[in-house]
Amino acid sequence: MSAGIRFILISEIVIPILLLIFGVYHGVLQVLYRAGIINASSVLGIDYYQGLTLHGVINVIVFTTIFIVAFGNGIVLYLLKKPLRGWSQWTSWVLMIGGTLMSAWAMFTGKANVLYTFYPPLIAHWTFYFGLVLLVVGSLVPFFFDWIPNYIAWKRENPDKKMPLAVFGIFVNHILWLIMVVPVAVELIFQLIPLSLGIVTDINPLLARTLFWFFGHPVVYFWLLPAYVMLYTMLPKLISPKGKLYSDTAARLAFILFLMFSLPVGLHHQFTDPGISNSWKLIHAFFTFLVALPSMVTAFTVAASMEYSAKQEGGKGVFYWWTKLPYIRLEGDKWLFSYLFAGLVLFFIGGITGIVNASYNVNLTVHNTAYVPGHFHTTVGGLSVLAFLGMSLYMLSKLKGTEVKFKGLATLAPYIWTQGMFMFSYAMMVGGALEGFPRRTNTGLSYLNPDSPLYRPEWVGYAQLSVVGGFLLALAFVFFLISFFGTLFSSRQRNIELEYPIAEPLHDSPAPVLNNLKAWTVASVILAVLSYIPALYDTTQRGIFYNSPAYNDKSPVPIKPIKSSGLKKEEVKN
Amino acid sequence: MDRAERNAIFLAVGLLAFFFGLIVYAARGLKIDLPTCITDVQPFKTGQLIQHAPDRYELHVVARMWFFDMNKGQTYVELPRGSVVDIYLTSADVVHGFHINDTNVNLMAIPGTVNYARVKFDNPGEYHIVCHEFCGIGHQDMAAKILVK
Repeated sequence: MSAGIRFILISEIVIPILLLIFGVYHGVLQVLYRAGIINASSVLGIDYYQGLTLHGVINVIVFTTIFIVAFGNGIVLYLLKKPLRGWSQWTSWVLMIGGTLMSAWAMFTGKANVLYTFYPPLIAHWTFYFGLVLLVVGSLVPFFFDWIPNYIAWKRENPDKKMPLAVFGIFVNHILWLIMVVPVAVELIFQLIPLSLGIVTDINPLLARTLFWFFGHPVVYFWLLPAYVMLYTMLPKLISPKGKLYSDTAARLAFILFLMFSLPVGLHHQFTDPGISNSWKLIHAFFTFLVALPSMVTAFTVAASMEYSAKQEGGKGVFYWWTKLPYIRLEGDKWLFSYLFAGLVLFFIGGITGIVNASYNVNLTVHNTAYVPGHFHTTVGGLSVLAFLGMSLYMLSKLKGTEVKFKGLATLAPYIWTQGMFMFSYAMMVGGALEGFPRRTNTGLSYLNPDSPLYRPEWVGYAQLSVVGGFLLALAFVFFLISFFGTLFSSRQRNIELEYPIAEPLHDSPAPVLNNLKAWTVASVILAVLSYIPALYDTTQRGIFYNSPAYNDKSPVPIKPIKSSGLKKEEVKN
Repeated sequence: MDRAERNAIFLAVGLLAFFFGLIVYAARGLKIDLPTCITDVQPFKTGQLIQHAPDRYELHVVARMWFFDMNKGQTYVELPRGSVVDIYLTSADVVHGFHINDTNVNLMAIPGTVNYARVKFDNPGEYHIVCHEFCGIGHQDMAAKILVK
């Protein structure tokens, strides 16, 4: 590996973690604000909603995207054994880091208090949107100019072999990413950036929401699939050197099901929106249930792989093999097991609570309450973040040519994180679903302030429990950081070799149909487009009466009044 | 694929199909349904409570930065117990949320479009309404009330 590529990979791991420090810091502040322990609108010059925007954008857009590119680079490099191209990697690096800095500037200076869903007509400074576009473009560059050409070259040399499963997962994930960013790019380039720059005076906010969620749900699978790659290919090998993946075919089937059904589901975020017929919402609910299927297949395959691998270590019987899993083990790379296992436990809860969100009319009791963040902190804040943190540390130690430092702290961190997340998510989900505790609200100023006429005492207990959870999460992250920076600043002990513990499959079959990625991609695009045509028709033709001018978060007066009448239909009466 | 795996997949499909069947029954059979596309009501600019019959009301709510106009600028309305209310909701500026606690009324207010839900208030009491979508610096103070007597 050349020094340049090594620098790029290390920085693609270190920079997101540095940003994540701020993301986690504001996570902790949020539970304090919400419980009224911080009774203010801002701390150290960062406003609650500004911090919430940073928390969302850094944690789930910047950290995940850059890490996923670094992980994909590493997997492609290791399994296909072809060098990455310097020019492509540098282009991608400059675009991603530059884009991140642009968006970060807008957020840190308070010009983008729009949260990570950036629903118009609240509008941010154009640099916020432009930075996100650059980040996305940069994340696609290695896929086209390194991964695909390297795979084609590999296939020419190995015509009889299937694409390695980890590469297959990474490719499915980036194909999905490529498809899903199209609608959000349309929203950003044709609606938000022109409105932000004042080129247009009004836009259709319902259309913008629909385009956003066309991207906004599949993106959760973009965060999830790299973790699934680790569960399928690495978890068995971490349990035992003789560990095996139970079924290669089932793993590929799961990835293909994700490719097919991740996209026609976005309306389940808009169940309570006006302007869209509920029949289309029901169809999207149906596809959301379908996309739960590959996760259930994964639950079986991963459990079976764990059982097989633990039995290679002497585990016996129906239950006794559970004692042979390396829950807290420090030799070699076994510490990584704790990240994947703890993530798996959280994701079990995340999957079930996600079905509640997807359940059409049941969603009426939980939509936009604290239940929703309670749910997704056990998915993206559970399995995804733990797998990504663990893999970041793993790749860093390989790229630095050293053992992981403070390995004990690193091994305990995911369990403390899981305990903290149990408390946080329980508080948020129960408070949200049963008592209507809202999300995205600085409740400490009003609803949880005993001096306020809006005081709601029934929410106090939930908010306080979430504080305890938040502190445990912060403690776990500090443990991780000590180990991470200890490893980063330690000197080289061995040869630098980026390798991964990849398990062989126990059951395998050629499955040529599953491996035809091109055909599945075309099918996926067709299904996604068909599923969205009626909804897009509703949001542009039937359900919307007029467009909206831009607002900022400080004032109820539009930034710029509409010059020409934005009315689409007859003038509004009264 | 071996037998255990096939059984697991069939079980998963069966479970999901069962749950989805219940949802469809609740939506179309029991009429616990989601808001849909309303095309026959023009957006309005002021909140209004209109009584059609002793227990039948129509409530026009305008969500704006940072209060709910429930009835000519008031942020609360009073209704007799047992009333059936048709709620129409729109926004005068940015996206807002509208959630009446202890009911199934959970709506988004989006400018330029009208949302709708029907609710029957069987029990007397105070029904708290909060805005649950971020709408600017005053978001945390945006609340309203329905008093059912």
